[in-house]
Amino acid sequence: MWKWLHPYANPEVSYHFTNKLLPWLSALAAIFLSIGLVWALLFAPADYQQGHSFRIFYIHVPAASLSMGIYFAMAVAAFSSLVWQLKLADASAAAMAPVGASFTAIALITGAAWGKPMWGTWWIWDARLTSELILLFLYLGVIALHNAFEDKNLAGKAAGILTLVGVINIPIIKYSVDWWNTLHQGSTVSKLGKPSMSLDMLWPFIFCFIGFSLLVGVIICLRFRNEILARNSIRPWVRELVKNNTSQ
Amino acid sequence: MNPRRKKRLAIVGSILIGIGVVSGLVLYALSQNIDLFFTPSEITQGKKDTGLKPSIGQRIRIGGLVVPGSVKRDPENLKVSFKLSDMAMPIVFNDDDPMITVYYEGILPDLFREGQGIVANGTLTEHPPTGLSIEASEVLAKHDENYMPAELAEAAGQKHDKATYSDKQLNSKDN
Repeated sequence: MWKWLHPYANPEVSYHFTNKLLPWLSALAAIFLSIGLVWALLFAPADYQQGHSFRIFYIHVPAASLSMGIYFAMAVAAFSSLVWQLKLADASAAAMAPVGASFTAIALITGAAWGKPMWGTWWIWDARLTSELILLFLYLGVIALHNAFEDKNLAGKAAGILTLVGVINIPIIKYSVDWWNTLHQGSTVSKLGKPSMSLDMLWPFIFCFIGFSLLVGVIICLRFRNEILARNSIRPWVRELVKNNTSQ
Repeated sequence: MNPRRKKRLAIVGSILIGIGVVSGLVLYALSQNIDLFFTPSEITQGKKDTGLKPSIGQRIRIGGLVVPGSVKRDPENLKVSFKLSDMAMPIVFNDDDPMITVYYEGILPDLFREGQGIVANGTLTEHPPTGLSIEASEVLAKHDENYMPAELAEAAGQKHDKATYSDKQLNSKDN
């Protein structure tokens, strides 16, 4: 059943696979993001009570959900690295961590900028905001552990354990607004049934969300490629690659 | 799967389950403290599970919906008072619902209006005419997860007019 995956455990195969994937991902990301952002920031209708401030939604929500999505992907990578000892899984987790940290920071900063005019405060220690801040610290810890050891296997193991311990935070972030009283409102788009948003506001969001997801894919592919090269720099195929590139 | 991998899977799996159980229990134990605010009915009757009730003079946060018709603004200065009732769906305001009066002096957030969700931070006091009240030092607006264009909102009978202030009111604080 998992046989088709096996070739990708080879760094060389994975490297060339990401190479082939990158132009497609980048083109699609550019298309979706330019349509989505222009539509969302210029043409989507303003909200009846929040006016134009509401448009920050189109950046805040994709950033926040991707910050959780990337963490979950990192946890899956850490899990397979710990159980099956796949070296590439470590490389991918190391590639994902800084991207996730950046998106968490974007979610927190855009959230603060939105909270000031609407709620009346930059920050409040409610369950949603606090758990998202903890997610940022988890990312920073994972990044630090990946860089703390000379031995990349050991680093991957340490960071992997922290990642798995922290994965419990993801459902807490997601459901914090349902479990407790918070100042943060409930979720709009992922509500079961129908999202509580009119369609001419929802469509630009869908484009933005797909666009940002593709952008994350592009950045992670680029970083993953670099990780593979850095970790396999003594292999003949990497030397071959470098030689071919410099002789051109 | 070979035995070594199976063993590692069992170890990692049990760590995950253990952490899940531990954080579940911790969150359950702390659940009363993670809530950001008391609702008006929790102030008058105590929390549902524990009966925990804030005492007079305690600094608390209260969250509720502004009762329509209860907002009283002083035309001379920025003093304002309004009643809060529980946020419950569907939104109905009955006279016998538990209500708490909030007294505040300052500019209200733009989203403040009758029927809007509000979180206020202040001291619980006993005012003779109104009963339990909050002397608020901070009023925050809580908006819901529904977004709609103005035309649609008007058709649904929802409109938002933000509070306006006269120069006299705005200058009153400096005196």
